[in-house]
Amino acid sequence: MIRINDLQARVEEKEILSGINLEINPGEVHAIMGPNGSGKSTLSSVIAGREDYEVTGGTIDFEGEDLLNLDPEERAHKGIFLSFQYPVEIPGVTVSNFIKTAINESRKGRGEEPMEAREMLAKMREKTALLEMDKSYLSRSLNEGFSGGEKKRNEIFQMAMLEPKLAILDETDSGLDIDALRIVANGVNKLRSEDNAVLVITHYQRLLDYIEPDFVHVLYNGKIVKSGDKNLALELEAKGYDWIKEENV
Amino acid sequence: MSDEILDEITASEYKYGFTSDIESDKVPPGLNEDVIRLISSKKNEPEWMLEWRLDAFRTWSEMIEPDWPNVTYNKPNFQAISYYSAPKQTKTLDSLEEVDPELLKTFEKLGISIDEQKRLTGVAMDVVVDSVSVATSFKETLAEKGIIFCSMSEAIQEHPELVRKHLGTVVPKRDNFYAALNSAVFTDGSFCYIPKGVHCPMELSTYFRINEAGTGQFERTLLVADKGSYVSYLEGCTAPSRDENQLHAAVVELVAMEGAEIKYSTVQNWFPGDAEGKGGVFNFVTKRGICERNSKISWTQVETGSAVTWKYPSCILKGDNSVGEFYSVAVTNKFQQADTGTKMIHLGKNTKSTIISKGISAGKSHNSYRGLVRVGPRAENARNFSQCDSLLMGNQCGAHTFPYIEAQNPSAQIEHEATTSKIGEDQIFYCNQRGIGTEEAIALIVNGYCKEVLNQLPMEFAVEAQKLLEVSLEGSVG
Repeated sequence: MIRINDLQARVEEKEILSGINLEINPGEVHAIMGPNGSGKSTLSSVIAGREDYEVTGGTIDFEGEDLLNLDPEERAHKGIFLSFQYPVEIPGVTVSNFIKTAINESRKGRGEEPMEAREMLAKMREKTALLEMDKSYLSRSLNEGFSGGEKKRNEIFQMAMLEPKLAILDETDSGLDIDALRIVANGVNKLRSEDNAVLVITHYQRLLDYIEPDFVHVLYNGKIVKSGDKNLALELEAKGYDWIKEENV
Repeated sequence: MSDEILDEITASEYKYGFTSDIESDKVPPGLNEDVIRLISSKKNEPEWMLEWRLDAFRTWSEMIEPDWPNVTYNKPNFQAISYYSAPKQTKTLDSLEEVDPELLKTFEKLGISIDEQKRLTGVAMDVVVDSVSVATSFKETLAEKGIIFCSMSEAIQEHPELVRKHLGTVVPKRDNFYAALNSAVFTDGSFCYIPKGVHCPMELSTYFRINEAGTGQFERTLLVADKGSYVSYLEGCTAPSRDENQLHAAVVELVAMEGAEIKYSTVQNWFPGDAEGKGGVFNFVTKRGICERNSKISWTQVETGSAVTWKYPSCILKGDNSVGEFYSVAVTNKFQQADTGTKMIHLGKNTKSTIISKGISAGKSHNSYRGLVRVGPRAENARNFSQCDSLLMGNQCGAHTFPYIEAQNPSAQIEHEATTSKIGEDQIFYCNQRGIGTEEAIALIVNGYCKEVLNQLPMEFAVEAQKLLEVSLEGSVG
């Protein structure tokens, strides 16, 4: 589905990614772990197309297409979704209006007709229930006055509505208490299928107790320095990141 | 990234730049007592009206143009303006078929289909093109309820006692430079009277349009809501583009008698000048309402046009328990300048006022909020809440706030809140990531920001206002 080849990127003059290689196939869940400042969030931003980051080398191929040539919204239309670490507030724009606009703009981008109001409404009901959200969420201003947990749940709600091919969850576990974590993870698991893939970016192992990864990669100094299965995450949890650092001085 | 987006957005051209080819009956430029006599006689006015105009003209001749607003412009040469221009149509029209087809085409270009408006929205419209009303509808329905809704010229002929009683009582002739000028030379406008206890069954609407090159437009609107009545009035405007500046100095007077309620909504989209700041309408307007006991006046405005705006829709809360409201969105782009706000004058006991002002500045424009809240010595328990927000797009524009508060009664409660924010790249990227392109994202964010004001507009008007905001702030797509 997505193939990242020798990806290098910098912000201002500082190199942050120094040659990332990663391939994700449909149906797979990958986790990227790493200490603070290792480049985890940069990787998710570069895939999503944030312009603050300058790609200096390498390629990203998404379903046969050169992703780096596309605008962020075009990438979204192709099925890339990023759950933000820090979702922004948009005062006066309700959750339902926002998601409706997002869905219909994406459809327009793919040359499809807008979703019918009735279908939209039914889908909103279904997905709020899935994430155990009160219906009153829908009429609140997007993320305004939301608690940390509510913001993250709202991200996964949007993901459920948009049904992306590749969902990138950037530190979705931060700021969540254990109940919210369970609900969010449960939501993600229910959305998993043969056709879509998930990239979980996290500092801690605990989210991986709920969303079980097929592959775990350790990012350090802008490079994937170790890959393995879910046991690698457990190993990291037990030993910390220091041994990785020592191995890669 | 933001620079590119803003360039694109601020490069949006005015969509309504065209001139329609209608024969006009036009007075040569210049202003003196003879011109005023000519206007008055062309309009077949009674003697008292002429005297009123002449008195205003003499007052105006001794006044000087104010320079306290936070705007800079070349002052108009009042002797270079033609003060009267009417489409050549003399007889009164009963149906649209009788209207000049060129005129109907103009409305079509603006997307205003009167027929559709009539059928779908139930809005009665008194259409003003270059100072003379040419089409009026739904008059019969209104007449059944005793409601008078007609052009000012007609009102002067048909209801002189009402006009004479109220004209100039809210905005006196000598109120200010432009009000005095308007009083001397106004050529038309709308008049509306709602009888005692009548709830006006439809939104009353006027589309203003400046059409003749070099003619100033001096509209005069008078709206009288008798005891216990209710009316919602919509005013919307567009103008064709011009190289020279066009002066617009309107006066709107509202009278809300005991227990009456007036809702006055405006969408204003006059030519703002081109990308270099050339041309555009000067909009120097005096709008004011007076509230008797237990009455309410609510001003809602969405202002996106004009090169220079100078406008403060105000409420004089004379009667006890009266309520004044002001909801405003003012957008400036390119080289536009706006100095706008409101005055809430609390005279009666337990009077209440609310001010919600949302300024949006883009391009190299300047947007100022200027508001006065005054509580008189007799106004026990007066309350005011003001919220003035500014949204900046880019870093070449300016937002300014000039709030004045004068409280002469110790029981007054006055609250003022103000914020300034910018559309962040974070917000735009977030929308982009969800599949929403940058222009749509800005429209979405701006509409959210203005929501409290847009919510005050009648439904069909709110849709139009949203479109206007988008047109004013976006680059033309593709």
